[in-house]
Amino acid sequence: MSTAIDVTTTVKVAAPKAAAEPKDEIVVLAQKWKKKRGSLIMALHDLQGRLGYVPRESAMKLGRAMDVPLARIYEVVTFYNYFKLEAPGKYIISVCTGTACHIKGSDHLLKGLEKELQVSEGQSTPDKEYHLQGVRCLGCCGLAPLAAVNGKVYGKLNTSESHYLIERIQEDKPMVVAHEEVEAE
Amino acid sequence: MKPEELEIKAAAELAKQQAFDVRLACCSSTGCQSSGAAEIITNLKAELKAKQLDAKVQVVGTGCMGLCSKGPLIRMTSKTQKDVLFSDIKPAMAGAVIDQVVAPVLGGATIEAPTGELEAHYLDLEQPFFTMQDRIVLENNGRSDPEKLEEYLVHGGYQGLRKALTMSAEEICKEMLDSGLRGRGGAGFPTGLKWDLTRKVQNDVKYVICNGDEGDPGAFMDRSVLEGDPHAVIEGMLIAARAMNSTNGIFYIRAEYPLAVERIEKALRQARTAGLVGRNILDSGWAFDFEVRLGAGAFVCGEETALIASIEGKRGTPRPRPPFPAVKGLWGYPSCVNNVETLANVSRIMLRGAQWFASRGTDKSKGTKVFALTGKIKNNGLVEVPMGITLRQIVETIGGGTGTDRKVKAIQTGGPSGGMIPEHQFDTPVSYEHLQKLGSMMGSGGLIVIDDQDSVIELVRFYLDFCVDESCGKCAPCRIGGTQILRLVDRIVDGTGTQEDIRVIRKVAKAMQKASLCALGQTAPNPILSALKHFEPEFTERLQPVATAKA
Repeated sequence: MSTAIDVTTTVKVAAPKAAAEPKDEIVVLAQKWKKKRGSLIMALHDLQGRLGYVPRESAMKLGRAMDVPLARIYEVVTFYNYFKLEAPGKYIISVCTGTACHIKGSDHLLKGLEKELQVSEGQSTPDKEYHLQGVRCLGCCGLAPLAAVNGKVYGKLNTSESHYLIERIQEDKPMVVAHEEVEAE
Repeated sequence: MKPEELEIKAAAELAKQQAFDVRLACCSSTGCQSSGAAEIITNLKAELKAKQLDAKVQVVGTGCMGLCSKGPLIRMTSKTQKDVLFSDIKPAMAGAVIDQVVAPVLGGATIEAPTGELEAHYLDLEQPFFTMQDRIVLENNGRSDPEKLEEYLVHGGYQGLRKALTMSAEEICKEMLDSGLRGRGGAGFPTGLKWDLTRKVQNDVKYVICNGDEGDPGAFMDRSVLEGDPHAVIEGMLIAARAMNSTNGIFYIRAEYPLAVERIEKALRQARTAGLVGRNILDSGWAFDFEVRLGAGAFVCGEETALIASIEGKRGTPRPRPPFPAVKGLWGYPSCVNNVETLANVSRIMLRGAQWFASRGTDKSKGTKVFALTGKIKNNGLVEVPMGITLRQIVETIGGGTGTDRKVKAIQTGGPSGGMIPEHQFDTPVSYEHLQKLGSMMGSGGLIVIDDQDSVIELVRFYLDFCVDESCGKCAPCRIGGTQILRLVDRIVDGTGTQEDIRVIRKVAKAMQKASLCALGQTAPNPILSALKHFEPEFTERLQPVATAKA
């Protein structure tokens, strides 16, 4: 390709229009929630609902778009148990540790799952297939002891048969069903 | 919607329902959903269509019927015979239900109790679990479809609001005060008084906030109301707003209850479309609307000032009071935070009158209370009983005892803020005062039953661990005191504890009770203190022998 500019034949052509910037979903999300006062927690729920956790870069972007300091975001994200700072595995196993479940052996169930999956509570398996966590009472005490996997509840579990739960998960493959977002009105 | 239209719509819906000969109401709360309730409903509808019975039989989802350990439940109502209740239904049994019970009933037969395949799935409605209940808060659970506004209208829905719109704010507060309704979140503060105090604060902006955080482990009363009768809570909030001249409403629901959030949002949309929420409510010219906010897994956010901080998008740390939220709440505006169960009572009280409500219960604890019976109890689930009923009646008659050959050792009421009540005190009537005198409290309604195989120390350690973990960390008595007591209890559990440790536990507990910023810290020592009061031998037998004990 010639590097010399042929001055006599240069034709001014309109610069091609740049392809419209794809709207960054975090910015869109922030715009939606910015209108509502104090809606940082709702925005973070929305964000975690999309990405599965709250990555640092996303938190920074959200902070800039919502005019909230990153420190404030981290204050909130580290206080509330719900928010994850690391990407969890595909199937999030939430073992209920409420009183009724505790009395019926949720500790035993949790330890059995830790052994089965070779992880500690609060960790994901290296292949990112499972994430194991103890959670506070899910309010299904009539079905104690239970675990919820991506929102699907498995009740009246046998606490000595944690492998059974893993089998059920592989059979059902429960994933969070996208439901209508909470309206920002 | 004009006020008169409420009756017209209600009558129209009732006529629609009565066009069916049989109605099958299938519990579709979270618990039963997880056991296949949605599939059961789909299968029932498919079977009816295939057998061309769908014009005669209506199938609806409904709210929690209470006997959760035997769910999913289906209640059959018909014109020709008494109701039949089915339990432990699996989706594959839909055909059997139609063939063996519904079809014969349509054909004129009377089914006392099903036989054959369904015999084990029949629940006697005449048993104490059902007959001893007094369902006010839960009256629509098991009866109406929570996803249809019209079904709520059939039984007087929004008529309470209609009445309130003709009264002054002061009159509404007085009605609530006369009823004797007390906060059902646990503290038991008179609702009418709380409203009146907020009403008196003059301001352009005022908030009514529904506390749907229900953080007590082992409690699911509020969840069942939000999922099973969302309009009752909305109506209660609207009446509360009129009572205090409030301008904005907020539902704060914990994130662990997605179905409750969904049902409330759906109910709000329906109410807006019908002119019951939003602009020109019931043609009165009054405008009021709601926002829904989610919690994010923090028990402390059930405390009203921490809840307010959470709505403001901050860490859920409480604030010192005074100033109380009634004076300075959300964003600095006067706010009133009410529990879900309290609000569900409000519409019934407006509809039927303060005296009707005050006619049940004891002299200082009026009305009913919803309890979540869990733990080592045969009839695991949700019950609503009149105040004044004894604990023994709840645990043994309604609950059926342990259901095994083990004996009931004690119950725990009030969650992490409550206390143990040993079996020999079960003849105590249920009321705020009585339970407090026993060293426990009413709490939100969680009632955990333990048997003689369970360890009291272990249970109180569980609660203590919970409080230490959930402590927001703002004030030293709770943050440090809780950890210290837990450490000492662990020593006792391990067998290295001493009598001195018990003395220190009591001392630190007293400090927490007196100096903590909020009720989490103030009540965190309750379980351990009540356990020491009633079950001290369980502690002392684990202590180091005196001769070898070192300070």
